[in-house]
Amino acid sequence: MLDGITNILVVGIGGQGVMTAAEMLARTALNQGYDVKKTEVAGMAQRGGVVSSHVRFGPRIYSPQIDPGEADLLIGFEAAEALRWLPYLRPTGVAMVNTLRLAPPVVSVGLYDYPADPIGELAQAGIEVHAFDAGAIATELGNAKLVNTIMLGAISDYLPFSAAVLRDCIIEGFRAYKPKLAEINAQAFDTGREAGHVQTSS
Amino acid sequence: MNAVVHAKAESRHLLSGNEAVARAAWEAGVRVAAAYPGTPATEILENIALYPDIYSEWSVNEKVAVEVAIGAALAGSRALAAMKHVGMNVASDAFMTQSLAGVVGGLVIVVADDVGLSSSQNEQDSRYWGRFGHMPVLEPADSQEAYEMVKQAFALSEQYEVPVIVRMTTRVCHVKAMVTVAGQRTEHAAAGFQKNPQRWVMTPANAKPRLPVMHQRERQLQAMSEASDLNFSVTSSDRRIGFVTAGPAFMHVRETFPNAPVLKLGFSCPPPLEKIRAFAGQVDTLVVVEETEPLLETEIRAAGLEVRGKDILPRWGELAPSVLRPAIKPLLGEPYQVPTRPQSTVFPRPPTMCASCPHLGPYFALSHIRNLNIVGDIGCYTLGAGHPWNALDTCTCMGASLSMAHGMDKGRGASDEKKSIVAVIGDSTFLHMGMQGLLNMIYNRGNVTVLLLDNRSVGMTGGQENPGTGQNLHGLPTPRVDFAKLAEALGVRPERIRMVDPYELPTMVKLVREETKMNEPSIIITNRPCSLTDRFERFRPYEVIDDQCTGCGNCIDLGCPAISVSRRETVTAKSGKSKELVFARIDANTCTGCHMCVETCAPEAIVQQPQANTIRIHPHA
Repeated sequence: MLDGITNILVVGIGGQGVMTAAEMLARTALNQGYDVKKTEVAGMAQRGGVVSSHVRFGPRIYSPQIDPGEADLLIGFEAAEALRWLPYLRPTGVAMVNTLRLAPPVVSVGLYDYPADPIGELAQAGIEVHAFDAGAIATELGNAKLVNTIMLGAISDYLPFSAAVLRDCIIEGFRAYKPKLAEINAQAFDTGREAGHVQTSS
Repeated sequence: MNAVVHAKAESRHLLSGNEAVARAAWEAGVRVAAAYPGTPATEILENIALYPDIYSEWSVNEKVAVEVAIGAALAGSRALAAMKHVGMNVASDAFMTQSLAGVVGGLVIVVADDVGLSSSQNEQDSRYWGRFGHMPVLEPADSQEAYEMVKQAFALSEQYEVPVIVRMTTRVCHVKAMVTVAGQRTEHAAAGFQKNPQRWVMTPANAKPRLPVMHQRERQLQAMSEASDLNFSVTSSDRRIGFVTAGPAFMHVRETFPNAPVLKLGFSCPPPLEKIRAFAGQVDTLVVVEETEPLLETEIRAAGLEVRGKDILPRWGELAPSVLRPAIKPLLGEPYQVPTRPQSTVFPRPPTMCASCPHLGPYFALSHIRNLNIVGDIGCYTLGAGHPWNALDTCTCMGASLSMAHGMDKGRGASDEKKSIVAVIGDSTFLHMGMQGLLNMIYNRGNVTVLLLDNRSVGMTGGQENPGTGQNLHGLPTPRVDFAKLAEALGVRPERIRMVDPYELPTMVKLVREETKMNEPSIIITNRPCSLTDRFERFRPYEVIDDQCTGCGNCIDLGCPAISVSRRETVTAKSGKSKELVFARIDANTCTGCHMCVETCAPEAIVQQPQANTIRIHPHA
């Protein structure tokens, strides 16, 4: 986090909630008084393509884009996608990865192979990797859509503001718009936070 | 409802460029706004629609949208039209003449260039239109500027009676950034249309006297641009390189070279050449950083100034810091080593069709029929060019499929002799610009089989309404176009108009086979809604009974993202030939129970999951 600027790259596949997660991070940073920019390439994203969302915050942000090698945090909603975006992470960066594996049609028809061990490859790159099965936690809590909040909980201790600040921002949002889901999301956040502490060894 | 609709004055919000444009339009007293959806501009009208004081509509295409806005402006209302860059090509016939006639109420055209080509068929620099049509161009660099410039654009438009272009790019439209919302709505009442044939009837005799007026106006705008505080400089003691830049490239320059002097052009057409000349005198080397064409660069050079630009920078794509650094550092005498990082070797993940997508059936059919030339169009169905279908041969522009197919029929070469020509187009694209192609084909005795994939939405841009859906921008009911009757009215024989449920694969294949053999125009119209819209009804998911799956791989050919390969086995047949078996599984979370895959499965290994819950059993199951 050079010059007081934090660069977070959230990556995954269209429809997984990557943009929503990035939006929560951006809003929380705004509430904390930072200048914030958030960008992503949308458009065809919801058709199962690659989605990457850049969140930058600090005293003053000009370019909305994170350069390769400049992300402080990489949040991967899918294992191969985390590996795809690895070159964007700083050598001192942290990767928080959902171990979910989603093979696209080009893999199904046999044109390409899905990497045998994407998490292992990440760990071997010398960066700090935290990988866990967010889908399993979500299923245990009874709602597959909780993955988003679980991932946010998992990275909440790796931000320049406290985990409680991010948690409050998310839960308040649910209280205002979907109050029935506030309690279960709070639980998902806390469970994700615990899961995010475990570092994967190379 | 978006919170910013009720935002108080002087409050801060995280807004996309598109949301900022909508807020500014409301504050500026806009009374009429029109657009056709197109990435990255779509959300401008979706957000304007949230403000009840503005009449807003999805027009059937961009030309119509601009004409609606022109009509409103002639009645004295402030009006806005929004579109993506390629929409400007469609709309240009209208604004090229209206720029000559001028306007009464402020008329602002917001155009969004897809710099970097994230979701378009080409990359265009819409700033050309300002030069071509003698209209001023404002170029915001972020959301705050988009908000401020839209308001200024209306003032400028009324002061000089000229349509004003606000040129956005993807990196302004879709970037969320802080915006201080300054004010509330200021009403601008419409005076009503004042008849004045000499002014508004653009016959040659009336248009000719407008030419000197237009050029006089352009000189005034030039002076305005010189004086405008939208064109400002950031000074510095380091005078080695001075940057002239506009749009989001300004942010990239500031990010990469924070200590360099910069002249930022927000009012970039006509360009403030004297201001640029003065700035050039203060620096050793002048470098223009603009996306994408060397427009300012050429104009500055023509003014007699020495300038660098596209000789060192790319002529396409975004000029992000990672692009600027290697190009500019050598000019500063600072060697720049491109950092070596491990290159990712992960498979590509192109966008693909969705589970239960009603286009899967037609593409399954097209991919199983030989000797077809398949002329495509703009929409989700363009994805049919990808795996596993490989069943789309061209894609050029909105509505082109029918007319290009007709030309391909008339211009057949020897190798096309035994082929059938198919045009594939969606409901909204057909209504946008495709109808004329069908009319033309009938009129000129063509022979094309048209696949009209009616999924009752503008799918690719996020499921917007169109005249074929039965609802307008605000979700209110409207008359719904009857595509079969429309085709008949245009001259397709009733026998050749075939309605089909695209989920009924055998029927789908049979119909395409039959109609492509006909020696006359025919049209096959599908009738299932986009599976991402509320019109889609979800059913109980299916699953594969593993020990009944024979590994034939037929269901994989459907291209449904819910179906994936569970394992592959190579077996040797009695003939001695080896064959790969592909066993399938269905992801229950992704499957929406459309049952298309069941029809591909001879051993009946695909069955609907038990457990009824609230989800209904598919009527075909």
